[in-house]
Amino acid sequence: MAGRAQIKTSSSALIAMIADEDTVTGFLMAGVGNVDLRRKTNYLIVDSKTTVKAIEDAFKEFTTREDIAIILISQYVANMIRFLVDSYNNPIPAILEIPSKDHPYDPAHDSVLSRVKYLFSTESVASGRY
Amino acid sequence: MSGQSQRLNVVPTVTMLGAMKARLVGATRGHALLKKKSDALTVQFRQILKKIVSTKESMGDIMKTSSFALTEAKYVAGENIKHIVLENVQNASLKVRSRQENIAGVKLPKFEYFTEAETKNDLTGLARGGQQVQQCRAAYVKAIEVLVELASLQTSFLTLDEAIKTTNRRVNALENVVKPRLENTINYIKGELDELEREDFFRLKKIQGYKKREMEKQLAASKQFAEDQLAEKVSLQKGVSFNTAHNLLSAGAQKDEDIIF
Repeated sequence: MAGRAQIKTSSSALIAMIADEDTVTGFLMAGVGNVDLRRKTNYLIVDSKTTVKAIEDAFKEFTTREDIAIILISQYVANMIRFLVDSYNNPIPAILEIPSKDHPYDPAHDSVLSRVKYLFSTESVASGRY
Repeated sequence: MSGQSQRLNVVPTVTMLGAMKARLVGATRGHALLKKKSDALTVQFRQILKKIVSTKESMGDIMKTSSFALTEAKYVAGENIKHIVLENVQNASLKVRSRQENIAGVKLPKFEYFTEAETKNDLTGLARGGQQVQQCRAAYVKAIEVLVELASLQTSFLTLDEAIKTTNRRVNALENVVKPRLENTINYIKGELDELEREDFFRLKKIQGYKKREMEKQLAASKQFAEDQLAEKVSLQKGVSFNTAHNLLSAGAQKDEDIIF
């Protein structure tokens, strides 16, 4: 099928991040960070000076890189590039919206979760349980 | 009329009828199998939906705990700890690996994380707050664990969604296009064959009737002939012919010179 990406089974992959400084620091401490030979990082720290353009570019780069399996993105950052996140629907890499410290998590904004909720409610109404 | 136009362009023969029937059987079986597959996928899909909702909700708590642990570490070890961490990034020690799970012929990716090398930043917080840093790291590893699980659920969700759509499309195509078309073709061939048979039957009947009439005619002729012959024979035996006797009588009615009395 055209939309389905081939999934590599053997190789290991990275987790990319687009988030605020604190969240990135935390995950880096856990050992997710990676810097390759060309000094390219697999994370982007978003602060008040980061432009939307930079976030867009990072998002596009992470989604096209082959060694990235999961992209963690802070929800308030995802809201800045909502159109990109919503239009992206490949299974790999998976986009995960995570809450950040200064911005409360709103499940209504999450592109996948809203779809899940929608399907879930229709399905449970249809089947008459839950 | 969609029923008439929706049939295959075939020659109406008995062989074709057999072939069409075989195809219809195949289509029916395929339809049943695909329907089963779609059902199996839907069951899986619902399970994943439930899991996604519960995991997303638990993710919030875990992220809160890990943020809190980071704040603690920052408080104890000083604000500059993040610079140390950011500077020390080299190679990822925590990576994900994906393997496939097969559900009714659909390959679903399943991520699992693993730590490759020994954990870095060993000297971070050496001066003070080492314990908090370790706790913070543990909290974030835990968060990664949940996030990785969530990611595989989410990927499965998208893949399954796509697969269910495709399967349903196929089921509907078989049910609403292929099967009616085959049925129409079979009906058409049957109709044509019946028509041929009726024509044949009519022709046979016609010939039969013609033969019968001919036979009757002949029979009547031969009967007439036999009767005539019989009559002649009898008259020969009696020495008179019916015809002459008849003539005699009729002649006797008239005046005959030779008859004296």
